[in-house]
Amino acid sequence: MLLEVAELAVDVPTPSGLQRVVDRTSFSLGEGESLGVVGESGSGKTMTALALMALTPEGARVSGSIRFEGRELVGRSEDEMMQLRGDRIAMIFQEPMTALNPLRRVGAQVAEPLMLHRGLSKREAQARAVELLNHVRLAEPERAARSYPFALSGGERQRAMIAMAIGCAPHLVIADEPTTALDVTVQARILALIDGLKSESKMAILLVSHDLAVIAGHCDRVIVMYAGMIMESGPVEAVLRQPRNPYTLALLEARPRPGAPRGARLATIPGAPSVAHGHHEGCPFAGRCALTVDICRTVTPPEVAFGAGHISRCHRAGEVGFAP
Amino acid sequence: MSDAPLLEISSLVKTYRSPGIGPFARQNARPALAGVSFSVHQGRSFGIVGESGSGKSTLARIALALDRPDSGMVRLQGRSLFDLPRRELRPMRAHMQMIFQDPYGSLDPRQRVEKIVAEPLAALGIAGRGERRARVRASLEAVGLKASDASKHPHEFSGGQRQRIAIARALITRPRLVVADEPVSALDVSVQAQTLNLMSDLEREAGVTFLLISHDLAVVAHICETTAVMYRGRIVEIGETAAMFAHPAHPYTRELVDATPRLDRDRHREGHRASEDARLSTGYGDAAIQSHRSGPSSPGLLRFVRNDELGSIRQGHVPDGGADTTEGCPYVSRCAFARPRCREEAPMLETKGGGSRKVACHFPLD
Repeated sequence: MLLEVAELAVDVPTPSGLQRVVDRTSFSLGEGESLGVVGESGSGKTMTALALMALTPEGARVSGSIRFEGRELVGRSEDEMMQLRGDRIAMIFQEPMTALNPLRRVGAQVAEPLMLHRGLSKREAQARAVELLNHVRLAEPERAARSYPFALSGGERQRAMIAMAIGCAPHLVIADEPTTALDVTVQARILALIDGLKSESKMAILLVSHDLAVIAGHCDRVIVMYAGMIMESGPVEAVLRQPRNPYTLALLEARPRPGAPRGARLATIPGAPSVAHGHHEGCPFAGRCALTVDICRTVTPPEVAFGAGHISRCHRAGEVGFAP
Repeated sequence: MSDAPLLEISSLVKTYRSPGIGPFARQNARPALAGVSFSVHQGRSFGIVGESGSGKSTLARIALALDRPDSGMVRLQGRSLFDLPRRELRPMRAHMQMIFQDPYGSLDPRQRVEKIVAEPLAALGIAGRGERRARVRASLEAVGLKASDASKHPHEFSGGQRQRIAIARALITRPRLVVADEPVSALDVSVQAQTLNLMSDLEREAGVTFLLISHDLAVVAHICETTAVMYRGRIVEIGETAAMFAHPAHPYTRELVDATPRLDRDRHREGHRASEDARLSTGYGDAAIQSHRSGPSSPGLLRFVRNDELGSIRQGHVPDGGADTTEGCPYVSRCAFARPRCREEAPMLETKGGGSRKVACHFPLD
């Protein structure tokens, strides 16, 4: 296994003490595989991704185990993580303007990891940067390399950031909402680019998104998070066609459906999402879930397996059905 | 009720002048609106879709008389907004309100909900203190909040509730028209559903007609009977929403439909859809599935392949923007079906078939 995460927990400091935002999270990712992480705000999906890169906020406590290529990452020093970041593990963010330095030319930024991790000379790295910008299908790569980030369009900046991420041929790329800020037509092209890069190498992708449909189109497996916990996981087709967790089902039914009559009632989830579940026992979705019974409030639900790696964390998983 | 449109937009042109000579001067000279006309009828919400730079937000500002066009007309309930003296424009504003994308940014965190929701009344100088209070209460209840919420501050509410406060504020003047610019795109799926249900209720029960601006085709189809697709300051296609998204006539509409992520997309065959696998939902997929069956001469599906045959992207580069053209169709540099005529002559928005559909394309898709 390329990546094995076991019982990962992240506690972040708040004015009222440490708060648990990722709770007992376990998953794995194989070479060349793509895993989608879906959830609403406060689900812990971004914090899970940041924990893998050891980029959690100042003062956060990470526990459990993250094994990457057989090595334990939890507890490593910042120096050791810097060796991995941008080399074996790379990250693509939602807004390239925050990840790219506005005062440096794009080519120099794409070249930097190559000099840092691969020992290329400045000249070699610059030449390689232009090749990479061409590889991510940026029109006029030489011009793009000489440009500052502001001179590029949103889609072009995202391509430049992808070029920066793949420079050292990372084995794992973590993409956190990589296309959320883009127009749909540009989003489709960027996702197709990521698919293409994945299929030509053995790069594994962890794709964090709030959009089930994006994950449906671009991932092999999916994990559905709610209030810091994985509620359901498995092959994309199984989880989205036949969800076995009431939360996944509710997410699917809340979407406006193409072809449905105008103004048709959408299913809603009562109550507000609990931002962080904390250490409490019981199911985080209890109370908002139509299937809630007494045990849901007191006992953390077990993982129920439905074959082919399809797992639902629900006391009543067997009763969940997809009603069209 | 008369047959006169609630809102009539005709031949709007707006060009933002660039502030000076600089690297952006030429880019900014492109008009934000290049002759846009349409009508919105009472009770039939109207959608506008298009990507950034299409002019949809400029259009919203001008429709609300927050900005003046270079030329063209906006009529609300038959009265031309830009010909009215300021004194008469002010009471007209009560009939039109706006809700924004960001329920956090648009509410003043220091003010109580009471004051926030009553703000349009105060701005227009209508209703006394007692009546304002009663109308705030009624408005909050209309969006599913409690009258007692009036004494709270915005931070005491969740994201979805804050968007309800913004909607309550828009409703307080009892407007006929509410312009909603991406009202749900910042909300989580479950909260988005509540807001969309509320908008449907308001159209049915409170006589509110929405001019909904969104990049999300499913959201627009859910609320709007008629939709206009904008590209670079022009309407390229307009028609009954569901029919248009199921069978787009303009290649750009087709591109938007194809680019929209869907649960039924078969990812194992890039750009192709397997009808057997399209079980989760039906709808927009149908047109594409049918055209896929009719072979490679059919539009859309082979977009990625065919795009690469085009001039500026012959080396396999797909432009994320597309070059400007001074004459000819504005979409020509991105269109997979462009022919010589498209580069020479800009197509007019013309009726296609017998219905309400209009398309600005020399060679519309079937």
